[in-house]
Amino acid sequence: MQLKKLVIATLVGVALLAAFGTVMADNLTGKLEIFSWWAGDEGPALQALIDLYSAEHPNVNVINATVTGGSGVNAKAVLKTRMLGGDAPDSFQVHAGQELIGTWVRADRMEDLTSLFQQEGWMNVFPSGLIKLLSTDAGIWSVPVNIHRSNVMWYIPANLEKWGVEAPKTWDDFLAIAPALKAQGITPLALAENWTVNHLWESVALAVLGPDKWQALWDGTLSFTSPEAVAVWKTFGKILEYTNNDAASLSWQQATDMVVSGKAAFNVMGDWAAGYMSTTLGLTPGTDYAWSPSPGTQGIFMMLSDSFGLPKGAPDRDNAIAWLELLGSKEGSDAFNPLKGSISARTDSDLSLYNAYSQSAAMDWQNDIVAGSLTHGVVANEGFMNDFATVMEMFLTSRDPQQAANACDAIARQNGIGG
Amino acid sequence: MLVAPSPASLHYHASNTLERWPVHLSRDRIIAFAVLLPSLVLIAVFVYGFIGQTIYISFTDWGQGAALAENPQMHLIGFDNYKELFTSFLHMRFRQDLINAFFYTVSLVLGSLALGLFLAVLLDREPRGEGIFRTIFLYPMSLSFVVTGTIWRWLLAPEGGINVLPSFIGLSPGRFRWISSRQQILTFDWQSVPSITAIVVALVLAFLAIRMWRRGTHKRALIAAAPAVILVLWAIFGQRLMPQMVPIPEKHGFNLATIGVMIAAIWQFSGYTMALYLAGLRGIPVELHEVSRLDGANDIQYYTRVAFPILKPITLSAVIILAHISLKMFALIFAMAGADNSATDHPAVLMYLTTFRGNKFALGASIAVILFLIVALFIVPYLVSSYREQRKRTS
Repeated sequence: MQLKKLVIATLVGVALLAAFGTVMADNLTGKLEIFSWWAGDEGPALQALIDLYSAEHPNVNVINATVTGGSGVNAKAVLKTRMLGGDAPDSFQVHAGQELIGTWVRADRMEDLTSLFQQEGWMNVFPSGLIKLLSTDAGIWSVPVNIHRSNVMWYIPANLEKWGVEAPKTWDDFLAIAPALKAQGITPLALAENWTVNHLWESVALAVLGPDKWQALWDGTLSFTSPEAVAVWKTFGKILEYTNNDAASLSWQQATDMVVSGKAAFNVMGDWAAGYMSTTLGLTPGTDYAWSPSPGTQGIFMMLSDSFGLPKGAPDRDNAIAWLELLGSKEGSDAFNPLKGSISARTDSDLSLYNAYSQSAAMDWQNDIVAGSLTHGVVANEGFMNDFATVMEMFLTSRDPQQAANACDAIARQNGIGG
Repeated sequence: MLVAPSPASLHYHASNTLERWPVHLSRDRIIAFAVLLPSLVLIAVFVYGFIGQTIYISFTDWGQGAALAENPQMHLIGFDNYKELFTSFLHMRFRQDLINAFFYTVSLVLGSLALGLFLAVLLDREPRGEGIFRTIFLYPMSLSFVVTGTIWRWLLAPEGGINVLPSFIGLSPGRFRWISSRQQILTFDWQSVPSITAIVVALVLAFLAIRMWRRGTHKRALIAAAPAVILVLWAIFGQRLMPQMVPIPEKHGFNLATIGVMIAAIWQFSGYTMALYLAGLRGIPVELHEVSRLDGANDIQYYTRVAFPILKPITLSAVIILAHISLKMFALIFAMAGADNSATDHPAVLMYLTTFRGNKFALGASIAVILFLIVALFIVPYLVSSYREQRKRTS
């Protein structure tokens, strides 16, 4: 009898708990398919977001569709074939800015998220410069998950002391100290495969042009064949003289390795390099390795951002909107970014969760002038970016500034930049 | 391969013929057709249908503006995409890619044939542990291009793998930038491609003419020689009459960085040609070998005078297979050299990037069609000749 009572009591208790549980959880069910190229090093950061989502919406089955490789090239190719075939995922990763707008918004494939931004109060917590980059006249198109900085120069303070040089403040400074470094058998600036060359180019262009003229290039108010734009290629050509000649067969990590091992003095790379050096190589930011804005770009924050949008015809629209709400929330962004090594796009994030580098980047994010990255999809559409890689290969072979400027002008016209 | 029907099956065939049907519509044939029908339909749709669609897209301007809209706007623009690929200075990369593809094909075919034949001859002499060697040599072929590319990317790393080998015996490490060198040799101007082609064709014709003349067919020899002379004259004098093909002088040539990719490709496929040749050598009756020896031939003479001529059909098949594989090296290059390493680039890689990264679907389709035509150049004559042979055998 006692036993029977106990069993009944337990059963009732369990049933009550279960009922209570379902009341506590929301009524979202079904599945949520999120599409990204975050596997490998970024995998844990994405998983942290998925775990948060599953805790809030336990009845939704989250399908994490990742396509790895080629820094997103392969994922984007798969996404395009899926979208053309009418098989849209519920939400997909895309670089904020023209990479999203030029490809997907222009094709009328995205839903306007303005009402979501207003409902969640995001208009006040995201910097207005960032919202402008995410928007067209017709709406706001994606929710930014993180912010990375493109124009950062990395170095090892102990090595610089040994060689008797200081981190250059301008490219002229760099060109002044580079010959002495080269004479000692040290590569002044480490470089890797094609896209890292484009990455260096945008830092050089930002330094030569300044933020206003840089933006003017993309508005179409400054021509690629103008003397200023040709000057970018001229300076860039001089800098390339002081880079390693095996760049094309190295990954960006290997270029960072060259700096860490003392084979090279400097490296211009996005701030995911901080994540690589802190997490993978176990170095302490600020003492083992240090950074400064790339030469000539003090006070300017060249940003890029990963974001998620809501495609029209998403099979599980309500679940996808709940996902976007999580991405934009303080909770979600502070769970994701310390793991990813990026900073939150929100201005109210909890800085104590981040490491020394991210804290300094977050300070700059709040104070600096914001410029958009070319290599990472902010200022130009995919057609231009693709052709620019070819123009860069042309320049690497010919080293002819005027020819490169003419080619840029031609591809800008073909791809409707500023028009 | 079709096999001539045996008498037994002929008998079966005849007894099953339905009285009312003409002979060629026997029940056998109807069943055969019904069995084949699904694959015929699938191939018609998924192979030929899509080839047709790609050709159609290549004549449109798909890729302007909202290329990925649900119903993207397409207009027929004729051959504009092709014209642009061959003349616009922005597509210099495509033209260098074609030249790379040419060198990839030549090196893969010649390299694998030579190395494969060499290995086959060695193994044909039945060394101890032949089976192990055979497996070792053939094994690379079972790997996918991506695996081969990754392995060789490491082996050819600028400061590792092959480059450090000399330092083990006290020499200084190699300095060659295997897949990232930007050096070019055998450079020529794109503008002179027509004259180079003309001279090459003229040389082939002249060679044929000389051979015919020696055989005594003088009339034919003259017919072959005349266009050769005209082509040479045109190449020398007619050049200036040609319109400028590209707006600025454009240097192309053999990229030294492609050597690394070639080594990997030859490594992968020489085992395969070895297997083909070894099967051929083993198929030669022992008597022939003995007879040639009795006639006083040494080993070298046996191979060059007796064995190699017998292996000719194998060489032909190997050339066709290797040539079309070399045009599909996308995965090897993508894994080994990355997406934008233009020194090692191939039209297939450029097609992928143009289509799926640059959203220029029509232009990408044009590159695909050009590649398709080049493959057809190898495959069609082969299919025609093997078809003829089959007919000869069955009739």
